[in-house]
Amino acid sequence: MVQGFQTLADSTVATVAKQSGVDRAVGGLSLVDLKIDGEFRRGEIQRGEGRTQGQGGQGQGFGQGGPGGGGSGDTVTGGGASFGVDSFTLYGTDVTVPDLGPLTTSTLTGGRTFRTTETDAAVVVVDSAYAQQKDLAVGDELTVKDVKFEVIGIATADSGQAAAQVYLPLKRAQTLSGSAGKVTTVYVRATDSTKIDAVKTAIQKNVSGTTVTTSADLSQTVSGSLDTAAGLASSVGRWLSYAVLLAAVLVAGLLTSAAVSRRVREFGTLKALGWKSGRVTRQVVGEALVNGVIGGVLGIAVGLAGAYAVTAVSPTLTAELGASTGGFTGRGGMGGMGGGAGFGGGPGAARTAAGRSVDIALTAPVSLTTVGLAVLLALVGGLVAGAFGAWRASRLRPADALRRVE
Amino acid sequence: MYELIGVTKQYRRGQERVDALAGIDLKIAQGDRLVIQGPTGGGKSTLLQMLGGLDRPTAGSVFLDGTDLAGLSEGRLTAIRSRYIGFVFQSFNLIPTLTAQENVETALVPLGVKAAERRRRAAEALESVGLGERLGHLPSELSGGQQQRVAIARALVKRPQVLLADEPTGNLDETTRDEIADLLEGLWRERGLTFVMVTHDSSLARRAPRLATLRKGRVTVTENPKAAGTPAPAGKEG
Ligand SMILES: Nc1ncnc2c1ncn2[C@@H]1O[C@H](COP(=O)(O)OP(=O)(O)OP(=O)(O)O)[C@@H](O)[C@H]1O
Ligand SMILES: [Mg+2]
Repeated sequence: MVQGFQTLADSTVATVAKQSGVDRAVGGLSLVDLKIDGEFRRGEIQRGEGRTQGQGGQGQGFGQGGPGGGGSGDTVTGGGASFGVDSFTLYGTDVTVPDLGPLTTSTLTGGRTFRTTETDAAVVVVDSAYAQQKDLAVGDELTVKDVKFEVIGIATADSGQAAAQVYLPLKRAQTLSGSAGKVTTVYVRATDSTKIDAVKTAIQKNVSGTTVTTSADLSQTVSGSLDTAAGLASSVGRWLSYAVLLAAVLVAGLLTSAAVSRRVREFGTLKALGWKSGRVTRQVVGEALVNGVIGGVLGIAVGLAGAYAVTAVSPTLTAELGASTGGFTGRGGMGGMGGGAGFGGGPGAARTAAGRSVDIALTAPVSLTTVGLAVLLALVGGLVAGAFGAWRASRLRPADALRRVE
Repeated sequence: MYELIGVTKQYRRGQERVDALAGIDLKIAQGDRLVIQGPTGGGKSTLLQMLGGLDRPTAGSVFLDGTDLAGLSEGRLTAIRSRYIGFVFQSFNLIPTLTAQENVETALVPLGVKAAERRRRAAEALESVGLGERLGHLPSELSGGQQQRVAIARALVKRPQVLLADEPTGNLDETTRDEIADLLEGLWRERGLTFVMVTHDSSLARRAPRLATLRKGRVTVTENPKAAGTPAPAGKEG
């Protein structure tokens, strides 16, 4: 059992609860269970199923972890050898306060949740993703640090990643990790959602060594990162669209100017036959229009092929969220502060804090608008090239045109 | 028909100035058949362009039936070309995407001839050059000699007064060359054309009643009374 975060005395919970504007406060203990093949000392590797946990450097022993510990996944490679690592996160929750804390943003999808009396029971609620991964069901047994726990419930996070993979009563968590009377996180509910900022200020002032993250902060971070990733995805799509348009114009233009150059002689011949410049020009422009359509179609084909390729290869952009700003920071951060109960304020959003990632599939949207624009631009490109070609053709003295490559 | 007075043509190639024609005085009567000869670069093609209104001289006058082509606008020159002058080129200059018939029709387009009439006349012209069976063929489907026949049909379909040919047999083998030469000569005789032909071929030159030799932009004319087909105004042929 590795203790992932700097701890606070659980008296802090009471101190926090006394701050003005605070309706209730509840403590919790975040833990990481890490099993590796014996050689590594505990705490040298800080792994959180592939993502950085908290503000690594500030936690005890963070960052100086096992060699190669910076990768993702469950394998730590060190000294040329591979070690199997099996880790999962635990969260000790105060079962006496069921309506506040990370579990409130998960929905029970199997079994039951903790009873308020199960303060020291050997029972756990498992996050559905982890349950699926480990093939756990209600009634199964889960061994944590040689202690057998019964799985009483499966919880599914309402959105994003769950705060922990396994929830257990706080007291049990403290005993397991040998940190009696310690918490890593305090969830706070404000009496009034309008007072959240005031509460934040008060806590930061009066309880030293805390980082306070409000759900507003969180949602900002979350949406900010999401925006970045989504923005990237859509800007790739946009550039692709530009590429489509550019291809269309270029193809049309090149086709037309190539056609004009190739046919200078023909135009010269027609002029020698007594064709007026205007008639020759119309001929060129007409052909340019055709080229424009061809260019447009080709451009679209190229663009769609590109879009298809991008989508097929499907690089997934991952937005890493919250790890550094979340409630579960190494400095014993205070959990997110829910709005007042009666105000329908944000849920204790701190559960999102443990650094979650949101996958944004990179699709390359080539919209109908783009297609239409491509055709239009190709026509324009063809016409511009055609007009240029026509201008050239009409300026061309027939004598010169005929002399070419003679 | 033609009277050239002091015609010069200068080309500027960068700094260099080329006198393609350096003072040409020349008369060509209606129904005349003139062959122009001379070393390469002598100004033969340039002279032909002056006659055909494809280009204007730097100085001097090119009178065609009393009108000085040197003083005409591009538009007037275009109109004169479309009506009076037929061209045949060494490299045929057919439009590769058009059939033989359509190629011939292009000469009638600027005259505003209706499509049906164009087709009929084009077919007729192709028949007169021996290509009645090839109306729908693309140039690429025709031999060199046949392509030149199409070009000749195109030059004559509008019934011009002047036929200008710049090395019309230059790209053809000997047998075909003679066929084309005979064809042109026959057409000249038949139609009373004024016919000016540039050629490098001395055997063709020998057949001409009048021979102009262009050297360094200057012309010398030799009459050849013994030449075949002299004199040959239309209809007076025995
Ligand atoms: N557009 C042009 N620009 C510059 N110089 C030109 C141009 N046209 C012709 N010339 C030059 O004028 C001279 C006469 O050219 P022209 O084509 O009339 O000769 P030619 O007698 O027809 O020769 P060839 O037997 O090779 O066809 C040459 O020196 C040629 O290089
Ligand atoms: Mg020449």
